[in-house]
Amino acid sequence: MEERFIIELTQSLKNFLPEVSLTVTLSLVILLDLIFGRRFKNIGAFVSLAGLVVTLFFTIKQYGGSYQIFRGMFVVDPYSTFFKFVFLLSAFVIVIFSLQSYELRETSARRRIGEYYFFILSLTLGAFLMAGSVNLIMMYLSLELVSISSYILAGYIKESERSSEASMKYVIYGALSSGLMIYGISLVYGLTGELNIYAINASFLSSGYSPIVLMISLVLILAGFGYKISAVPFHYWTPDVYEGAPITVTAFLSVSSKAAGFAMLVRFLKASFIDRTITLGIEGAWAVIQGLPLTEIVAVLSALTMTVGNIIAIWQNNLKRMLAYSSIAHAGYILMGVVVMQNLGISAMLIYFLAYLFMNLGAFYCVMLVAEKTGSEDIEVYKGLGYRAPFLSIVFTIFLVSLTGIPPTFGFIGKLYLFSALINAKVIWLAVVGVLNSVVSLYYYIRVVRNMFLGDPESGKEPINFSPAHIVVMLILVIPTLLFGVYFTPIVNFAQISVAMFGLR
Amino acid sequence: MIPLSWYLFLSLILFTIGVLGVLIRRNAIVIFMCIELMLNSVNLALVGFSSYIGNEIGQMLVFFVLVVAAAEVSVGLAIIIAIFRNRLTVNIDEINLLKW
Repeated sequence: MEERFIIELTQSLKNFLPEVSLTVTLSLVILLDLIFGRRFKNIGAFVSLAGLVVTLFFTIKQYGGSYQIFRGMFVVDPYSTFFKFVFLLSAFVIVIFSLQSYELRETSARRRIGEYYFFILSLTLGAFLMAGSVNLIMMYLSLELVSISSYILAGYIKESERSSEASMKYVIYGALSSGLMIYGISLVYGLTGELNIYAINASFLSSGYSPIVLMISLVLILAGFGYKISAVPFHYWTPDVYEGAPITVTAFLSVSSKAAGFAMLVRFLKASFIDRTITLGIEGAWAVIQGLPLTEIVAVLSALTMTVGNIIAIWQNNLKRMLAYSSIAHAGYILMGVVVMQNLGISAMLIYFLAYLFMNLGAFYCVMLVAEKTGSEDIEVYKGLGYRAPFLSIVFTIFLVSLTGIPPTFGFIGKLYLFSALINAKVIWLAVVGVLNSVVSLYYYIRVVRNMFLGDPESGKEPINFSPAHIVVMLILVIPTLLFGVYFTPIVNFAQISVAMFGLR
Repeated sequence: MIPLSWYLFLSLILFTIGVLGVLIRRNAIVIFMCIELMLNSVNLALVGFSSYIGNEIGQMLVFFVLVVAAAEVSVGLAIIIAIFRNRLTVNIDEINLLKW
């Protein structure tokens, strides 16, 4: 018995190498920063980059396999590995951003910079675990690992009143919704006596619980997920936190933490609330447990999220806050892929995440550079920027166009697949709402472009110069945004084989 | 033996008090106490369910909830201290730089 357990454990650890290497890296970051931190200020960043590359290597080696490890606590499958790529890419880009960030260089944060990279890595680790966990204990713990790291990161600049206020609001909303979520988990446990999501599904199917009880626990658990992905009734923290937090952290939260929330949400819904004994006519379609209005709940959530996000974004004059509302709207678009309840919708969602990664990080990077040179994130300073910094303005325009979803950008491909999945599943009303929302979003994205190219510069007409390092980072982000807008077949294929989840059709 | 429903009602009442406290109270430290109350009411429900169902998974989850609650509150108190140094207040109505 004991011997078998040890064999199982070593087998599991072998398939857990990406997470192990991340853990080793984050311990190294703290240790090396304590020893050498005084002499080499950026040692944490370089160790993190090296560690992320090693993790990427293990993740690539893992891709394609599908197995369950640690006695059904955690799975490794193409779906979770796809999300691991997203987290790794975004962590890599964010570490590079942080190396160039003026906020971290010129405040007291520079004395604690080693810990900053530690928390970036621990957030990534939490996101990795979120993508793969199939047990409600693991789900709750990894969600909290991500949350607690992001509370600290949001308030990293201690002397900034905005930064600490942001992290205060984040902690209160976060704790409230994770409290609701754990209450929902306790109800599910009370109903089924199980915490493994496959076992929960089996119990749901075999003993027909009343849909009302299922609904209450589902809604409570959705509160936790909704807060992570900033879906509408749980979005109140998003604008405040995104505006107050250091901009590198904002960019990181908007991609990694949101992607992790979606990864877990979709796995949870698909594994627990889908009746896999029924086969619907369409290949890869899911049948929801009888009597549970899951599709309707998610559809309403999606419509509300994108509408509220887009409409409030129109009034924003602070670019960071505008991008916060736009990220809420994007959560709504991505939820459209879940509404479909088909593998097709999930693959569209994965494509959209890759697009969102490049364009959103790029947009935040441009805002960061402009804020560094002009000292403000207000839309006023963008007046006439097209003449003062033509390269940045063009790149920023491409990101904004991609966020709107206009060809020939990656954002368009993402939206195209989402809408076609919706129309394929005959959820026409939501597709109409989505298209109308894209039109609304055009207004506030283009307002920035108009200010850059048609506005007269008011403050200081001298041109703004950027170092080659800045230009390289901009190119790294803008080239995929354009390239995958026209050459998207490999991405689509990659997403389509990545929808496979362990043990699920 | 006390029936399960009593535990569940007590936990529901405690949970509701906790949620209302988070929404209504204005002092950050009291808000954190209310969050603790929410998590502990969940623990009560879990232990009740666990002994009713007769497996130990629920009691195991209680330990994890306790750990998470401790971590969350320690981070939360650190943030309250950071904000108190800047603003000399912990009333969340006065912490209002960021809005709309």
